[in-house]
This record gives sequence, structure tokens and C-alpha cells, in this order.
Amino acid sequence: MAQGVLKQGIAPGRLDPAALAANFSDLHPPLDRHEAHVEADRCYFCYDAPCMNACPTSIDIPLFIRQIATDNPVGAAETIFEQNILGGMCARVCPTEQLCEEACVREEAEGKPVKIGMLQRYATDIAMEGHYQFFERAAPTGKTIAVVGAGPAGLAAAHRLATKGHDVVMFDARPKAGGLNEYGIAAYKATDDFAQAEVDYVTAIGGIDIRHGQALGRDLSLDTLQAEYDAVFLGLGLGGVNALRAENEMASGVDNAVDFIAGLRQASDLASLPIGRRVVVIGGGMTAIDAAVQSRLLGAEEVTMVYRRGKEQMSASLFEQDLAAAKGVTIRHWMAPKRVLTDGDRVTGIELAYTTLVDGNLAETGETAVLACDQVFKAIGQTLATDGGALELAGGKIAVDGEGRTSLRGVWAGGDCATGGDDLTVTAVAEGRDAAESIHRFLMGGGNG
Amino acid sequence: MADLRNTFVGIKSPNPFWLASAPPTDKQYNVERAFKAGWGGVVWKTLGEEGPPVVNVNGPRYGAIWGADRRLLGLNNIELITDRPLQINLQEMKAVKMNWPDRALIASIMVPCEEDAWKAILPLVEETGADGIELNFGCPHGMSERGMGAAVGQVPEYVEMVVRWCKQYTRMPVITKLTPNVTDVRKPARAAKHGGTDAVSLINTINSIVSVDLDTFAPVPTVGGKGTHGGYCGPAVKPIALHMVAEIARDPETSGLPISGIGGITTWRDAAEFLALGAGNVQVCTAAMTYGFKIVEEMISGLSNWMDEKGHRTLDDITGRAVRNVTDWQFLNLEYISKARINQELCIKCGRCHIACEDTSHQAITKEKNGVRYFEVMDDECVGCNLCVNVCPVDDCITMEALPIGTVDERTGRVVTGQYANWTTHPNNPMRKGAVEPAE
Repeated sequence: MAQGVLKQGIAPGRLDPAALAANFSDLHPPLDRHEAHVEADRCYFCYDAPCMNACPTSIDIPLFIRQIATDNPVGAAETIFEQNILGGMCARVCPTEQLCEEACVREEAEGKPVKIGMLQRYATDIAMEGHYQFFERAAPTGKTIAVVGAGPAGLAAAHRLATKGHDVVMFDARPKAGGLNEYGIAAYKATDDFAQAEVDYVTAIGGIDIRHGQALGRDLSLDTLQAEYDAVFLGLGLGGVNALRAENEMASGVDNAVDFIAGLRQASDLASLPIGRRVVVIGGGMTAIDAAVQSRLLGAEEVTMVYRRGKEQMSASLFEQDLAAAKGVTIRHWMAPKRVLTDGDRVTGIELAYTTLVDGNLAETGETAVLACDQVFKAIGQTLATDGGALELAGGKIAVDGEGRTSLRGVWAGGDCATGGDDLTVTAVAEGRDAAESIHRFLMGGGNG
Repeated sequence: MADLRNTFVGIKSPNPFWLASAPPTDKQYNVERAFKAGWGGVVWKTLGEEGPPVVNVNGPRYGAIWGADRRLLGLNNIELITDRPLQINLQEMKAVKMNWPDRALIASIMVPCEEDAWKAILPLVEETGADGIELNFGCPHGMSERGMGAAVGQVPEYVEMVVRWCKQYTRMPVITKLTPNVTDVRKPARAAKHGGTDAVSLINTINSIVSVDLDTFAPVPTVGGKGTHGGYCGPAVKPIALHMVAEIARDPETSGLPISGIGGITTWRDAAEFLALGAGNVQVCTAAMTYGFKIVEEMISGLSNWMDEKGHRTLDDITGRAVRNVTDWQFLNLEYISKARINQELCIKCGRCHIACEDTSHQAITKEKNGVRYFEVMDDECVGCNLCVNVCPVDDCITMEALPIGTVDERTGRVVTGQYANWTTHPNNPMRKGAVEPAE
């Protein structure tokens, strides 16, 4: 065991650089050509394919797989990008076991679906590495659309708008585009700076101007955007973090999981990142898993995920839960944080209340337990960072209709900040794309925004 | 325990699996490895006449087509007959026969279509102790350009003439190997019989171009930028070979003539099918060239277990058993009516049966029921074509079931009579005759 693992408290350099490089390499190494062909040959080319219907972006999966099987990966990539211009990232981060691969008839036949995500990555990697561009811009319309947030929803909207001949100005609060793809996803899912490569690939179509350091409510107002642009698309994501509502949670050593994940993604030297010897992550979603697993990979000796309900209620997919277990993360269910224990300025543990369901409502049993730890990550959900102003909200999100139209004329929204759909990259892409189509119809006189 | 011992035109071998005349049987080294592995016999790679041997190309000799996971389905070759000196081959054949007296050793021969050439080589072969000869009238490339191989096999008169010479100049049994590159394989088979052949073997390889290199625009295999047609073999040719074997087996003129079945035999099941259609034994090449000689273990074990299971004691119990069931289309029973049935428990809902039927056939399979994905045969549209069975990826999920006598075919509204009736008497047949007895 590397001695660094035993360093007390929160410390950097628990593992040597070689171990860190191995830990943070590609979670699923890409398929090579032969592997892709063998896997593609497993596809039955189903009629009205269930996988395609299970994909939020409705990619024609049987067709692209057949294109791979016939040694036409570039054609396959075009089929993917026609529906999902962020098909490269979705191939890496989609919970395929809950979407296309769950619907695959081979899942029913033999419990082994075609590896659709891996095949999608095979095709999109070839096209992106070869700088193949499949879309041309229509004749200029003279319209300019403001897109707030350069994450998956905003990028998908911007690309589709650009193809229609509109100009797009994107505003993003962060120094880099990509949103959660750049700041919110575990490093081993998007290696080799893939998120930025994808931003470059998407914006290569032209007509998309990205302005950084521009946050809505701070540097921009919706009123101004509405006045200055022909339409507005909001893809802000969820900038706020839910509080634990546990005693002492402001203690140093209690951090937001999203900040930890973002910091890790932006770190030039993983060995410089401090991590606790014993880490507790509060939450049951993908963010909690990403934080817990990456804590282990940085060299934390003990990592425990604590979720207040049962395994079935966790929003992290079964695959992600298994991944965490395989990486040595302990998952504790039916426990909720009560109090962070400190010694001076230092976290020493967390007191947890056992929970249960009483008449369908979560309740504490009265029993408590203490987990000794040096660091606590909060991952119990994010919230809209704005109060919405004139926008109508629903359930804490911007209310939209089936086309992404908000309560304000000329303003659309999509992705995590808006109602509807799961908070998945692929859903955000679908919503951004569809909102762009709606905006286009509106601007070109076909709709009523 | 089934008895796999084989006697073919008097030649005995411990099992019916021979290696066909081809690269695997070109040398003592290979042949002895084959015998160690368990092969019942070999047909030595074709010998040419005395003198400077033929030469082969020094570039690629083989091309292929593949299925999923690069599984080899078809192979073609442009290799010629043996390119080793005749005397070396003869010496090695003699040594092999001495070492392996219980195995069959057949000499394949191809010399110019002249009586003296055949007369000269036959005593040399006889002297090796070989059990018989096979006349190579099939090789479709290279040698045929020189008036040998398929160039002889395609002219029934030549076939008969050469067979006659061989029967005249040797006591060894003569097996005439036929080319499939003809319109009607019965013609050369009949000619061989008229010439006195003891048996025929078929098929030799099929004229083919396996693929075109789309970068160089040249056929594969490409030798210095050019290619030529090669002889096609392997699993892909089995259906063609089975048909040709059956045609000879059921032809009144050649019925009963021993047949050594060749063409894509890869498993015991393939072998059993050839036997059932009239072959007395089988010859294998591509499967050995793909997987090595060990495959014969599977063939012996599989054939033996199947025979035990079905109560067949000897190969004679199998040979020709399916021949009587091969008939002409005109004698098929038009009153036999079947419908496809989809087993919903086994169905994985891929929908291939539906789209195949909907797009390309009879619109007889549903795609949903009560708004849910559901594939079911509509008897009032199903003509019983069997396409859905063939495209379904699940074993036994779709089956064809005959309508019982007395039921109504919902498609035609007619009652199933159970009476045999065929095209020869059908009212729509302008050439119809009176009542015809069912085919035997």
C-alpha cells in the first residue's frame, strides 16, 4: 500500500502518479475495429426497434449498427449525429442499461444486450477524430438567438439553430463551455479532454459565438436578452446545491460533491488534489456515485455513501451502484445525516439517524450511528440558481411545454433547469434540439412561440 | 455403438470421412498427420504426368467470404495440381500405404486427354499400392485452360472416353470426380457410367470470384494487380453439392452408382445429409483447412451418436434414405396446407418476421395487439411460405404447422381434404393429364 493512503485528515498525493493515471483512465476502453464488427453482428436489425424507441434522442440505432457492421463507421456517425450532435458524450455517459440496452431484444433473449453505447462511441470517435462534418448551414436568416448555458441542452440547441441558418450567441458563467460534460462528470468517463473536443466539433459548423463569464442574473438579464435577440433559449442547468439540513454542515471539510467533481475535472495534477483518508458521501444519485468513486480513485482509504432510502429508490443506475461497489465504496441505505462532528475546525465524523418508512413517509427510527470521517461530500440534489423572475416555475424548475416553450413569449428552456424528462445528458440534448426546431418554426412564421 | 466402417467400391476405411484431393493431402507429412487424427482415408492431391511439375503462383492462392466474427463461409483457390515431382509423390504414397494399411489411399490423377498419357501413369500409381484412383475432371482454373480438369468434365464424350481408358489399363477402382460447372450434372455422370466408372465423386469447386478489392479494382485473390476466377468451396457450396448428388442418385440412368459426396462438409450433420441423399462416403477439405485435422473427432462422434440415437447400425442404413423423397416440383402435394405459428413465450419481439412478411411477402403478420408490440400470424393471409421461420433469430420460435384434415384454410375458404393432388392434374395447368399417382 502506498504510504500516502495512510496520511491523516484531508491530504493530497495519496497515490503515486502512475496509480492515479491508471485509476482515471477510460472506464470502458473503446472497441477496436474487430470488436466493433463482432458486436455489430449481434444486432438483429429489429423492425421499429425497441432500442430506438427507448432513446430520448431517437437515434436510428439498428441503422447505425448495420453501418458499422458494413465497415461504414462514418455513415454510422452521421446517422447518430442527425439525431444527437452530442452522440459522442452520450455514448460515454448515457445510462444505456436503463435506456436502449434495456430495450434491446437480446436483453430479453439472453440477458446480454448489444453494446449499443460502445458501438456509438466507436463510430463517433472515428468521425470526430477524422474531423468529418455532416451538416451545412442553411442560407442566413438574419435572426440571432441567445442561448444561455453552454451545456448539453444549449449546445444541441445552438447547433440545430445554426444548421437552420440562424446566428447564435451563447452565454456561459464558467470559463469553459460544455456544462456538466466539462464540470460535472467523472473524469474516467470523459478522458482526453473529450468535452472540449466535442464543443469544438459542435461549434465547427459556424455561426455560434460563445461568451464566457456571463451568468444570468449577474451579468445578464432576461429582459435585455429578450429585447436584443430574436429568441432566447435557457439551458442554465441547476447551479444551486441542496443543503443537508444537518447540524454543523458549514464546517470546513464538508464540501459540495459537484464542486469536488468540477475541481477534479479541471485539475492539471491529480496528485495535488486533497482528499480525506475517510470520506462520507451523502446522496444516492449519479453525482454521489461519481464523488464516491473518484474519492476512492484518488486514494481515500474508506469511502461510504449514505442514502436515506433503500437501494431501489436510488436514482443512480444499478450499473453505477455496482461500479461503486467494485471500486471499494461502501453503500449504506436508510440513514440520514443529523450532525457533522468536528474537533476544532476539523471534521471527525458524521452522526446519522436510521430511517424507515412510516405510512409511506420517511421517518427517523430514533436510533443513530456515527461514522468516523475526515471529509463529507453533499450530493443530495441541485436546484435552480435563479428565482426565475417573470418565468413561471413548476417544482422548482422552469415550466415548459412539449416544445420547450416557457411562460414568456420568445423564451424557451431545456435541460436540467426545465421541467420534463430525466436529468440526463441525452434528455438535455433532445430538449435543446427540439426547442431549436420550435424556435425555428416560430421565427420563420410557422408557430406562435 | 454404431458401426462407422465404410466400404466404398470395395475400398475399406474405418470411417466414411476422407480428405479430398487438395493441399491437405499433398505430402506424406500432412497425410500421416491426418491419419493420426483419425481420418478414414485420403485422396492424394492430384498427380500430373511425368516431367517438370506444374508451377503455382507465388502470390495469394486463396480468397474467402466470411460471416459474423470472421467465420469462414466460403473459400476459393487458384492453386493447381501438385507441384511436386511425380516420383516423390509416388514414393510417399507407397510409404504411407505401408504405414497405414487400414486407411484408404486414393490417387487423384489429371494428365492430358490422350490415351498414352493415361496409359503411362496408371501402372506407376498401381505400383504404390493405392486403393483406387480418382479422375480429376473438375479443377476449374488453370489446368482447364490447358485442356484438362473441368475442360474434360464439361464434355460428356471426353469423360466417357477417359474413364474407358482407365478401366482398360488398371485393375484399380475408378472414381470419376465431376465438375459442378455444367448445366446438368447428370450428363457427365451418365457418361462416366457408360465408360464403366465404379463411382463418381462430386462436387469439385465452382467457378467464382469471391470479392473485388475496391481500392485496386481487382478481383481477390489479387496477384500483381490481376486476378482470375478460382474454385469455390466451403460451407457456402453445400446446398449446390447436395442438389447435384441427389440428381445423380435419383436419375434412373445412374441410380445405384456409388457416389462420394463432396462440398462444404463441415460437421457430422453435413456428412449425414450427403449420405442420406445417396453418398456412400464423404470427402472433406475446407473444414480441415479452416480448423485443422482434429475436426474429424467431432464428425465421428457426432455421426455415431446420431446413429445410435436413431437406431441406425451401419452406414448402409443411412445411405440413400432421403433419395425417394426428392421429387419434381410438379409432384408436390398442392393439398398440403401449412401455416406459420409464433410461440409467444419464445418471441423476443424483434419484429423481423413482421417486416419480412409486410415488405416482401404476404402481409400476414401483425405488429401490435391492443397497442402493444405483438407479432402473430394472420391465417387468412398466410400462404405458409416459411420466410418468417427463416428470418427469425430464435430457434423453434416460429414453426410451420400443417392444417388438420377437415379444417378450413381461412385464406382460401377451402376445406383441407387430405387428398393428394399435384400440378399435373390441376385445372389451371394447360398441360394437365389425367390422374397421376403420387410420386414414390
